Parts: sequence; structure tokens; C-alpha cells
Amino acid sequence: MRSKYLLRFLALGYLALLLGIPVALVFWNAFQDGIGAAWAAVTTPEAQHAFYLTFVMVIVAVPLNTIFGVLAALAIVRQRFRGRALLNALVDLPFAVSPVVVGLALLLVYGRRDGWLGQWFADQGVQIIFSTPGMILATMFVSLPFVVRETIPVLREIGTEQEQAAATLGAGPFQTFFRVTLPAIRWGVAYGVVLTTARALGEFGAVSVVSGKLSGQTETATLYVENRFQRFDETGAYAAAVVLALLALVTLLAMNVIKPKEAQA
Amino acid sequence: MAYLSIVALIPLAAVLFRSFENGADGFWNAVSSPEAVAALKLTLIASLIVVIVNGVFGTLIAWVLVRDEFPGRSVVNSLIDLPFALPTIVAGLTLLALYGPDSPVGINVAYTRVAVVMALLFVTLPFVVRAVQPVLLELDREMEQAAESLGAGRATVFRRIVLPNLTPAIIAGGGLAFARAIGEFGSLVLIAGNLPFKTQAASFFIFSQVESDNIVAAAAVSVVLLAAALVLLLIFGWLSKRALRHEE
Repeated sequence: MRSKYLLRFLALGYLALLLGIPVALVFWNAFQDGIGAAWAAVTTPEAQHAFYLTFVMVIVAVPLNTIFGVLAALAIVRQRFRGRALLNALVDLPFAVSPVVVGLALLLVYGRRDGWLGQWFADQGVQIIFSTPGMILATMFVSLPFVVRETIPVLREIGTEQEQAAATLGAGPFQTFFRVTLPAIRWGVAYGVVLTTARALGEFGAVSVVSGKLSGQTETATLYVENRFQRFDETGAYAAAVVLALLALVTLLAMNVIKPKEAQA
Repeated sequence: MAYLSIVALIPLAAVLFRSFENGADGFWNAVSSPEAVAALKLTLIASLIVVIVNGVFGTLIAWVLVRDEFPGRSVVNSLIDLPFALPTIVAGLTLLALYGPDSPVGINVAYTRVAVVMALLFVTLPFVVRAVQPVLLELDREMEQAAESLGAGRATVFRRIVLPNLTPAIIAGGGLAFARAIGEFGSLVLIAGNLPFKTQAASFFIFSQVESDNIVAAAAVSVVLLAAALVLLLIFGWLSKRALRHEE
């Protein structure tokens, strides 16, 4: 019996030292100077702009990746075409790529000086790198695989019988998709969307390379945390970190709410 | 497919292309510079340590979460995913709060190699736990009971019955953790610093080269990292499959 408690102690101790106590301490540090100081720190114009920009990233990248994710999952599971296995493997690629490499890769295609297409875009008056479009691309890149990965197993699970039945009864492909397929896979998609959102909110490395880090212009919430910390504004850094951590906790909650439903289905 | 190309494939092809801009010699010179070698070495060694430590503790945590009963177990279970949900820069700040210069317990590992390992331990914690947990849940306990009734001690049961069944999952989770660890950047920014030859991980080396406009070196080391990640995923996938076959 003693070994049982020893194992429990070891497992929980490891978690507490690595995860629990440090996270709790961030909250403690943020509110060190009182709630008022923390509130003031996250409502400065720069902080507000940083959170607004993060919001823009999420609002653009998540829907695009969701649409792509569902379409790609449908193609991988339901269709037979050459290169299907390749597509399946390539979708996971962003998981294996370092965020910094993602940033560099985008720089080399869309950068004005170094990029293949940068000069062309510049001639059209569109600046991609060191501006919002590049940061959105970076966010899209790193959060690409989630919806595909979460949708594929559900799509395999539900099979094609109901879709065939709908088609026999005269439903077109669109009607079949929206009335039969989509309702059946919605929890899988939702789980993917939650994961995509979490990643988009928290991306740092890739965005950091392509942003140029102009405070108040191309600074997302995660870059803001770094910036504040480097300038010895610890309250500002910890307060913004707490906001991000709270968003992460909400994400975690959403994951736990959705997961059991997915398992029941 | 077009979307995938615009967002991911063409940019990655550009990295590969640019890394060989000055020929194979240029590529080799870039990745064999002492600074690049030191960065790659640190990244690989730290990642290896992290995979081993989290392989052991991840399995242990999964075991406790599945086989043990204690109040608050479900809360602990959902907190496991926190490192995935938490932005990496916040993860770094989090560790710095407890193990940095202002540590309330007087442990300061900031800007040392220990900090690199700790940050990587944090961000890769969920992989092994989440890979092992479902296997452990499905595991048939009759085998263990049979072994026990035949006189096997608890340690023997674990070593001979449970562990072989878990090995494929541990390896698979470890592989994902490894791939994640060698590319990690955000969590290292605040706690590990960027001291060349000391705490500069490969991702930081790339970042510095981009900042100082040395694109070829940045691209070359990126290609090495990419290749390492892909090879590792293949190796771990193969090992995991082999372990699975061995069991049958």
C-alpha cells in the first residue's frame, strides 16, 4: 500500500513543481500591486492594441483553417485520388516545424527584400511581412492541422450510410453536407476549432519573426508580454500573461466540455 | 491543396532552396560553424533528456490518473493539457516566476542550461501522458491478476505485463515530444536567454541569423532542424510499430 502513496506523491509532486506552483505564482505576481495596478496595466493603449491584434489573428485564421480543415478531412476520408496519402502526411507538417522556421519560411516568400513574391506584392502596394497579413499567415500556418486531425476520425466513424440515404432521397451534395454530414461531425470540428483558437491566441515564435515588433502596430498579446518583461515592467508582463492564461483556462474548460460529448456520439 | 501550398508548402520549399543558395559548400559551412554546432548540440541533448524524463514521469502520471483514486483527480486530469493551451511565452514567464531571479524559494536557474531543459519539460509534458492514458484504460486487468495469482510480485507484474503493453504508446508520445522540443522557441525566450555557446538553442540561432540578415545560415540550420524532426518522427513511428508487433 505504501508504494501506492509514493507513486501518487511522485506524480503529483512533479506536476506541482513543473505546472501548478509556477502558474499560481504568475497570478500572485500580477496582483502583487493590487487589482487596480493589474487592471491599469492591461488597459494601456499598447496593451489594448496588442489584444485587439491577437483578436484579429484569431478571427481571420480560425474560420479559414476550419473551412480548409473540414474540406481537407472530407477529401482525405471520402475521396480516392492520387496523392491522398501525401496530403494526409503533409497536413501534419506544421507540427514538426519550429515556429521560427515558419517565420523564416514566410519571410523568404513574402518578404519584400528576401522573398520570391515580396517585390511583386510591394509593387501592388501590399506589404505582407512586418505587417498584419504576414502575422495572419504565420498564425494560419502553425494552427493548420488541428481541425483536419480532429475531424478525420469522426468522419471515419460515422460512415457513409446516412449520406447515401440522403442522396437516394434526392438531396444534392450541399444539402447532404449541411443537413447530414455537418451535424454528425460537429463535435469533432468544434474540438478542432478550440485547439486552433488556443494555438492562434498563443503563437509567439512565428509571429515574432514576421512582425517587426512595432509597439502599438504589429505587436500581438504574446509579443507584448515579452516586450513588457524586457523593459522591466513586470506588473505589465504578468498582468497580460494572466489574461492570456485565463483565456487558456477557458480553452481548457471548453475542451473538457466538448470531449465527453464527442465520446458519447 | 492550393491553400496548403500558399500557407505552408511554398514557404518551406523556399527555405530549402535558399539554404543551398551558395551551393553544398555554403550549406555545410553554415551548419558547421562552431556557434551553429553548439546550438544544435544543445537542442538535441536537451531534447533527449526531456524525452527520457517526461517518458518516465508521463507514464507515472498516466498510471496514477488511471489506477489511483484520490480527491481532485479529474481536476488534475484536465490540468495536464494546460501546457498545450498556455501560450509559450506565458509558459516561460511562469517558470521564471518560480525558478528565476525573484524566486520565492531561492532557486535561480535563469539563463542556464537547466532552464532550457525545464522549459522543454513544461511544454512537452502532455504528450506521453495523453498517449499512455487511453492504452492503460483499455488494458485488460485479467492478465495482471493471472500473473499475481501465479505468484508474481507487483514490480514483476509491472515490468513483465504492463510495461510491454505501454511501450508503443510511450514511444509514440516520446516521438511527438521530441519533435516539439527541438523546435521550441517561445517558452525559452524569457528564461533561457540567448547566450551563444551556452543557452542558445537551435531555434534561437536561426532567429539571431535572421535578425542579423544572414539568411543562408538561418535557412541551412532550419533545414537541419526540419530534417531532424521528420527523421525522428519516422524513427519513433517505426519503433512504436515494432514494439506493437513484438507484443503479438
